[in-house]
Amino acid sequence: MTMTSMRVTPSVRPRRQWRGWLFVGPFSAVFLVAFIAPVVYAIYLSLFRNRLVGGNSFVGLENYLQVFTDAQFWESFARVALFLAVQVPIMLLLALGAALAIDSARLYGAGIFRIVIFLPYAVPAVVAVLMWGFIYGNSFGLAANLNDAVGFTLVTPFARDWVLASIGNIVTWEFVGYNMLIFYSALRTIPADLYEAAELDGAGALRVITAIKVPALRGAIVIATIFSIIGSFQLFNEPNILKTLAPNIITSYFTPNMYAYNLSFAGQQYNYSATVAIVMGVITAVIAYVVQLRGSRAETR
Amino acid sequence: MTAPALVRRPVRKDRKSVALTIVMALFLIYTLVPLLWLLFSSTKTQAGLFSSFGLWFADDFSFFQNLVDTLTYRDGIFVRWLGNTLLYVVVGAGGATLLATLAGYGLAKFSFPGRRAVFAVVLGAIAVPGTALAVPTFLMFSQLHLTNTPWAIIIPSLISPFGLYLIWVYAVDAVPTELLEAARMDGAGEFRTFATISVRLLAPGIVTVLLFTVVATWNNYFLPLIMLSKPELYPLTVGLNQWNSQATGVAAEPIYNLVIMGSLLTIVPIVVAFLFLQRFWQSGLSAGSVKQ
Repeated sequence: MTMTSMRVTPSVRPRRQWRGWLFVGPFSAVFLVAFIAPVVYAIYLSLFRNRLVGGNSFVGLENYLQVFTDAQFWESFARVALFLAVQVPIMLLLALGAALAIDSARLYGAGIFRIVIFLPYAVPAVVAVLMWGFIYGNSFGLAANLNDAVGFTLVTPFARDWVLASIGNIVTWEFVGYNMLIFYSALRTIPADLYEAAELDGAGALRVITAIKVPALRGAIVIATIFSIIGSFQLFNEPNILKTLAPNIITSYFTPNMYAYNLSFAGQQYNYSATVAIVMGVITAVIAYVVQLRGSRAETR
Repeated sequence: MTAPALVRRPVRKDRKSVALTIVMALFLIYTLVPLLWLLFSSTKTQAGLFSSFGLWFADDFSFFQNLVDTLTYRDGIFVRWLGNTLLYVVVGAGGATLLATLAGYGLAKFSFPGRRAVFAVVLGAIAVPGTALAVPTFLMFSQLHLTNTPWAIIIPSLISPFGLYLIWVYAVDAVPTELLEAARMDGAGEFRTFATISVRLLAPGIVTVLLFTVVATWNNYFLPLIMLSKPELYPLTVGLNQWNSQATGVAAEPIYNLVIMGSLLTIVPIVVAFLFLQRFWQSGLSAGSVKQ
């Protein structure tokens, strides 16, 4: 290799070159096939309907109007909205607390906590749900052991009133460590002189958290919130796998994604299924965008 | 970008707290209980599962019998699923990392017509979750007769907008533009420069993206569930769930001990990979969270 010193070239030519496409081109080509094309095809499908008489015909926005008056869709939507309102704050607060604790340098063996709490992220959702599903079960799970020990039915994770909380527990277990790590990484980037200045001012630990650490976390909190909103609205794996263990409680339209899936695979209603997927995608993107906007506005204030 | 690990901490705060450690230990136990349950349960026969406490051994120790049974059940279909998973991971995650690295580098280091448009579309794509795309992709692929082929899993796995974003953020600082200018002055081609110089500077970012795409494809469930109906093409995740659903229904044939052993075998490689490569994903995650 010939270059050993860094030469500063006169940057007089902001000429636009096509060779950047040599690098971006392959990604863009696959992106068109695997991302843009399905979206376009789904929009196309959503404008048609397969009728018994007359076959496939153009119906304009009729499918969309149907979604907005579809009780099953709105029931599933309300369920994930409730899930979002309860599970996401709990998970993010737990993650925040854990990140602050690990970052505080006051834990024995902080490294162990960081790695072990993150570990469930690497566990496939299928395995996480199977483990927790068995643990919840009354045949050989820990729930059964617990009920035997106390002598009456204390916990019923699969009861109609509890199943959403049971799913919330699985999702929290899977992702609390991931969010903790995002927060922890952001905390590690706070420059040491900020802490030194706070120390000179005589600020206590609590004051350091509220005045330095939490403001520094704002960007990370926005990112984690957006990913959690997406995750909640797109909930599928956990309820769909638990369905085998609690078949009468978890319906085929338990979440919007399960509804879209079952419309396609049990009902053969491809056009309507595509419409549901689009509506949910748009709602998710809009809410994520609003959170992003509000988050960054708060940052500049 | 400041290297997060290098930030110094004031010495004063090194006083350890027992109370805080105990609270965090409860957190740790919560994290470990399901995994311990899985480990203990993998040593039990089906009868033992029903007759013993979940977080201890049963009277009969049949870990190795379960292992053999899992690997040989139905002519070793589990091994087949493991091979499928490896194929999807190597081609899918490997390809996704390659494409994301090239494109992230291109976006960071070149000015070309359409650059802003590509960037805007990719940022938007990060907010579109894979599951929302899965049903439309299935509908399109079934028209193209791609369902029930490995391509149905591999092609969608090749796209990682988040990976591209990570590499882009990383490349802006990790590869000095002056270095590239110097290489051009010396007459080196762009790909040669990329392959001999830039790749080395990007290595930590590339490993991070590789880890995350490997986890995403190894753990992928929704996409193969809808794309594949032939069991011989299943990855581990879909296969395991099929074994589990075998316990209910008309011709119920529960094989809980195999589901449990299969689950254990599914998580061991990915957990080991994460533990060994933790230095990389931790630095990569900070790169992603610093800038947004």
